[in-house]
Amino acid sequence: MAISAVSATTLREAPPPRRQRLLEDERWLAFVLLVPTIVLLGMFIAYPFIRGILLSVTNSRVGMPGDFVGLANFYKIFNDGIFRTSVYNTFVYTGVTTVFKLALGLWLAMLLNRNFHGKAFTRAFILLPFIIPTVLSTFAWKWMFDPTFSVLNWLLYHFGLITGRINWLGDPDLAMISIIIVNIWRGVPFFAISLLAGLQTISPELNEAAAIDGAKPWQRFWHITWPLLLPVTMVVVLFSVIQTFADFQIVYVMTGGGPANATHLFATYAYQIAIGTGLLSEGAAIALAMFPVLFLVVIIQLLYIRRVEVR
Amino acid sequence: MIEGAIWRKWVFFYVPMALFLLFLLFPFYWMVITSVRPDGELYRPWNSINYNPFWTWKPTWDHVRYLFEETLFASWLWNTTFIALASTAISLVCGVFAGYALSRLNFPFAGSLGTGIFITYLVPQTLLFIPLAEMIRNYRLGDTPWALILTYPTFLIPFCTWLMMGYFKAVPRELEECARIDGASRWQAMLYIVIPVAIPGILSAGIFAFTLSWNEFIYALVFLSSPEQKTVPVGVTSELIRGDVFYWGPLMAGALLGSIPVAIAYSFFVEHYVAGLTGSVKG
Repeated sequence: MAISAVSATTLREAPPPRRQRLLEDERWLAFVLLVPTIVLLGMFIAYPFIRGILLSVTNSRVGMPGDFVGLANFYKIFNDGIFRTSVYNTFVYTGVTTVFKLALGLWLAMLLNRNFHGKAFTRAFILLPFIIPTVLSTFAWKWMFDPTFSVLNWLLYHFGLITGRINWLGDPDLAMISIIIVNIWRGVPFFAISLLAGLQTISPELNEAAAIDGAKPWQRFWHITWPLLLPVTMVVVLFSVIQTFADFQIVYVMTGGGPANATHLFATYAYQIAIGTGLLSEGAAIALAMFPVLFLVVIIQLLYIRRVEVR
Repeated sequence: MIEGAIWRKWVFFYVPMALFLLFLLFPFYWMVITSVRPDGELYRPWNSINYNPFWTWKPTWDHVRYLFEETLFASWLWNTTFIALASTAISLVCGVFAGYALSRLNFPFAGSLGTGIFITYLVPQTLLFIPLAEMIRNYRLGDTPWALILTYPTFLIPFCTWLMMGYFKAVPRELEECARIDGASRWQAMLYIVIPVAIPGILSAGIFAFTLSWNEFIYALVFLSSPEQKTVPVGVTSELIRGDVFYWGPLMAGALLGSIPVAIAYSFFVEHYVAGLTGSVKG
């Protein structure tokens, strides 16, 4: 008894070991807490980024280190017709889908912001396209767009809208439209739920007061809801632009970049060149060509967030 | 709700809502119906007579059986679960620690570090997969789960950190100070006082991270090569298609079964998931 009591007091009064004293210092504690994150992000983001730049100025292939060739890869891809098509496609794909996702997402968010039976249930189901693995749900779409067994053709035919079959993924323009539809389908829930969260922070009293003053629903939306929602909208749009610009999965599954390389995006073309044909350095150059646009969007986002925070 | 006549309610609410639900959920119905349909019914041209594509009177388990008996689907499920859980655990530990340090401790360069982590959050996987593939091969990690367990945290940690910072900022400082006055070290105050308060945030971050790593595709596609190592999305994509032939029955059954784990995880934690999603966007 006595011994244990003594040892307990000595334990308590002994100066804490060096390790613990260091952790009492805010700066050391912060350092220790941040080390795992910095190591992982440094090893697998910062380092590969530098590697990517170094790779893009060599002529290395899979399993071959290669020599320095300057900007030859970039020169080569800018004169490559398929690359130019991919650039054009990526901008069209990002622009068109973002407009539709924002419009439809906002509309859906406004619908969900009302009180109705089964609201929580509906909201939970609406997010499904966003949470289900994209590759897997894209296969369902590919099957729906199948040239021979397409259920969409069946529907259009039975509504009397078409007489022959539509070869959705066999025609360059239709294939692009199909891909855009799938991306919109996947993105609308994300926009809707994020914007709904923004809508819920707007006090209903503002709208009621405006209604009493005689503002029409459209005026109320334009002068109250939209400006108050703008910060959330900006962040959601910029976030989505980055993801869409660098998208890979939908095109990879739906068309694989075809027909005749007409639907490639940056990422799918980089994959085809680097992994498909083994020209690692050229693929790295194609992927890096995305960087200026992504960088610009990130800068806009950072400036915008800072401005909102300062306010 | 909507003021005025009953038709307004239909035009402005019920009809658009129904159309949205139809558009968003139809592909899932199509997955379900295809995966229980016998092949004879599946491959009938869309314009054949008396053909109703939306229902079947002869449901079959053949496609599911094929998946488990003729392919490595069970191993893909296990691989994906293991990889998703491991990378989520790593990211949560890193994210909680980093989030705590960035939101509650004063140290030099805290602001620029926070911005740096936010920027990595915006780096898409497709920008880096080629140099990463080379690195993974050089480190001899190719074709092992570790290739993914170590790389997935790169897009999970920034998001977890960002989300946790929001939760930690909301914990009152007095709580921690009380514990410190009672003799707790900084480390203990963090571990036993602040982190428990932020458990809802940890759940949100965890559930979101789990679904993200379950759904990841391009790294898994590039870093894994042997069929028995693959994850569900990659396995379904590469092993259920022979050349130009698509086995649509098993493909849809695989898509459905591969989605169920995330759907279940999601259904238990809808609120946390939504909090994670909106929190990650708002920052």
